[in-house]
Amino acid sequence: MSERTVPSAGRSEPPLLVAGGTLVDPVARRTRRADLLVRDGVIAAIEAGISEQLPRRGASTIHRIDATGLLVMPGFVDIHVHLREPGFEYKETIATGTRAAVAGGVTSVACMANTRPVNDSPAVTRFILERAHAAALAKVFPVGAVSLGLAGEQLAPFAGMYDSGIVAVSDDGMPVMDAELMRRALECAKMFGMPVIDHAEDRALVAGGVMHEGAVSLRLGLRGIPAAAEDVMVARDIALAGLTGGHLHVAHISSAGSVRMVRMARAAGIRITAEVSPHHLWLTDEAVTDYRTNAKMAPPLRTEDDRQALLEGLADGTIDCIATDHAPHHKDEKDVEFDCAANGVIGLETLLPLVLRLVEHGVLDLPTAIAKISSEPAAILGLPLGTLEVGRAADLAIVDPQREWTVDPSQTFSKSKNTPFEGWKMRGRAVYTMVDGRTVHEERPAGTHAKAGEAEREARP
Amino acid sequence: MLFARPHLLGLEGLTAPEIDFLLDSAESFKEVSEREIKKVPALRGRTVVNLFYEASTRTRTSFEIAAKRLSADTINLSASASSAAKGETLTDTARNLAAMRPDAIVVRHPSSGAPDLLARHVDCPIINAGDGAHEHPTQALLDLLTIRERKGRIAGLTVAIVGDVLHSRVARSNLFGLRTMGAKVRFVGPPTLVPPGFSELGAEIVWDLHEGLKDVDVVMMLRIQRERMNGRYFSSLDEYSRLYCLSADAVARAREDVIILHPGPMNRGVEISSTVADGPYSVIMDQVTNGVAVRMAVLYVLVGRRKAEAESETVDSEGGAPVALAAASPRRAATGE
Repeated sequence: MSERTVPSAGRSEPPLLVAGGTLVDPVARRTRRADLLVRDGVIAAIEAGISEQLPRRGASTIHRIDATGLLVMPGFVDIHVHLREPGFEYKETIATGTRAAVAGGVTSVACMANTRPVNDSPAVTRFILERAHAAALAKVFPVGAVSLGLAGEQLAPFAGMYDSGIVAVSDDGMPVMDAELMRRALECAKMFGMPVIDHAEDRALVAGGVMHEGAVSLRLGLRGIPAAAEDVMVARDIALAGLTGGHLHVAHISSAGSVRMVRMARAAGIRITAEVSPHHLWLTDEAVTDYRTNAKMAPPLRTEDDRQALLEGLADGTIDCIATDHAPHHKDEKDVEFDCAANGVIGLETLLPLVLRLVEHGVLDLPTAIAKISSEPAAILGLPLGTLEVGRAADLAIVDPQREWTVDPSQTFSKSKNTPFEGWKMRGRAVYTMVDGRTVHEERPAGTHAKAGEAEREARP
Repeated sequence: MLFARPHLLGLEGLTAPEIDFLLDSAESFKEVSEREIKKVPALRGRTVVNLFYEASTRTRTSFEIAAKRLSADTINLSASASSAAKGETLTDTARNLAAMRPDAIVVRHPSSGAPDLLARHVDCPIINAGDGAHEHPTQALLDLLTIRERKGRIAGLTVAIVGDVLHSRVARSNLFGLRTMGAKVRFVGPPTLVPPGFSELGAEIVWDLHEGLKDVDVVMMLRIQRERMNGRYFSSLDEYSRLYCLSADAVARAREDVIILHPGPMNRGVEISSTVADGPYSVIMDQVTNGVAVRMAVLYVLVGRRKAEAESETVDSEGGAPVALAAASPRRAATGE
């Protein structure tokens, strides 16, 4: 997998010392007490006791963050986000979406192509990158469309978009029904070392369904989407990945059958990776009870058996990473009949505690859990991010693992409020988020958060 | 009063005493319809809005007659005449209606869960008159009343529900209601229309009509919607009819004293043969009569109770929990529910 270079802001700010924290290293899969020195936007040193040596080094104007009792992690990399700009700025903008990202400790996002216009041209790719640059918060990596206009007919210009900065291609939201087009996409994307991100749902089997097909959909009288709608598409695309040697990345995997097939395909040497969303890990179709439209998304929340298979797949490495599928929608698109409600939930600001919960529940150890939202997703896109290494960009999430908070949609940095986790008691929060050594988010101490949130909201453009 | 809920959104989750209470109330209202002057002043000065987003003759008429016999004023709004065509959302329509202070909104809507959505946005009682493929609680209540009258009980009976169960709100409401009242429910139909997942909801599933009717006390036929028999769920109406039309032969498999229900309107010769529909087992006309009584009971319980509460609040503003709210739970425990 080729690594892409990522431009760094490269400022000459005073050095910054993160002192006294516990570093979580997702690559070595361990934690250790050490100080971390940031200079010119990159990690300059990682050693125990830098703080004692510093005066001798003559750094008098050094900035210092006391990370005692905190966890120092690589900033998180979320490879499945809908930033909605251009075209749907009433749901989210690149500025608000990346603000939500850094509030959740996420320093890099890959954004999907289903904007208006669709990101199926170098011009749209460049527009997204310009807006991201202007927002100057999280790093943004655009995903280009597989097909022009997501219409599933003609390939989009991969080469031009690649030169402008896309890192993958996907018709996310509009599954590629034409198997031959999917085959060609895998072949072409391979030239650029890019994965094809697969929204695996057979639209014929979805057949107008609005939730998982099972006892709950029958009880509620809602049209169901069988797990087989995902399974047949994953099976098809595994065959095509085998045929082409292209890199298939299965987005938001949700069914036990798909997890089994990905496991088998990988064992057979097929180039396949997979991501799972926090909501599929923690919720089931029971969450739709009372027609809660914030539990409506594609693919839908499935059964407890599926959820267990996802946890197992995550634990045994079949599922490489966790990605939010952050999908902001306006209240008016959710406060309607369930059949009419938009698909999708926001997730950037709840990602971290829902990942830490995996550690609490014994599914993963801490460094592995963090690897699923840092080094692993970065590797899928070939990005030199998501690690704590000297010489790498100082994209950091400094986390208070004990901070308890309650999910309150009125407090989101995202423009949209469509979270299925409203009212959940969470533990763990990013208290400092840094991109290229620059603090882009800082939490006030517990108790003053709401007020601080208001102040920051006012300060937004 | 044994029914303390603010709305009637479905039969799922209602307790046996609550259902019994509604059936008892309905029974007492039947007498009103036998009088020369078919009117009682129970809901005088109250306004009931019938908000229908789907065509309906029978249910809407039944609700309207029920409300009028209770002396309520009724307004009928149908989707074609309402704001739906102009693009107004359901919640906006509901808020606008609520601002006119109706005492109840009876709603029928093609989307499952639409009454739940309304209930979250307005503060008057919502009565579900059929939502998508979800529930049609007053239909199931009138079915339960009809069965109870004819059989003297509901507990211990076996009821076969035959036809397009997948798309039927009548089937779901009856499943929930019948099971709560202690009956056994058998769903009969092809796998495309009776998916196996229903067994997780407590129904027995049988594909063969003759086998499905074996020794049942009650047969409930569902209406087949012709537009669904388009070659996807079943090859054709003829094919369907060949396997599932209720003939005298099939009825012979049931218990001798079987009764046959149909929510109407019937497709004669498709899901039910005329011989059976007009035959001695058919209680279809009882159902229609009971429909008015059940809807009177539901309106009276939900709207009249509010009236009583409003009066008690004016008398005693410190009143705490209204009397009606206190009633349900202890009795529920007493019946071992």
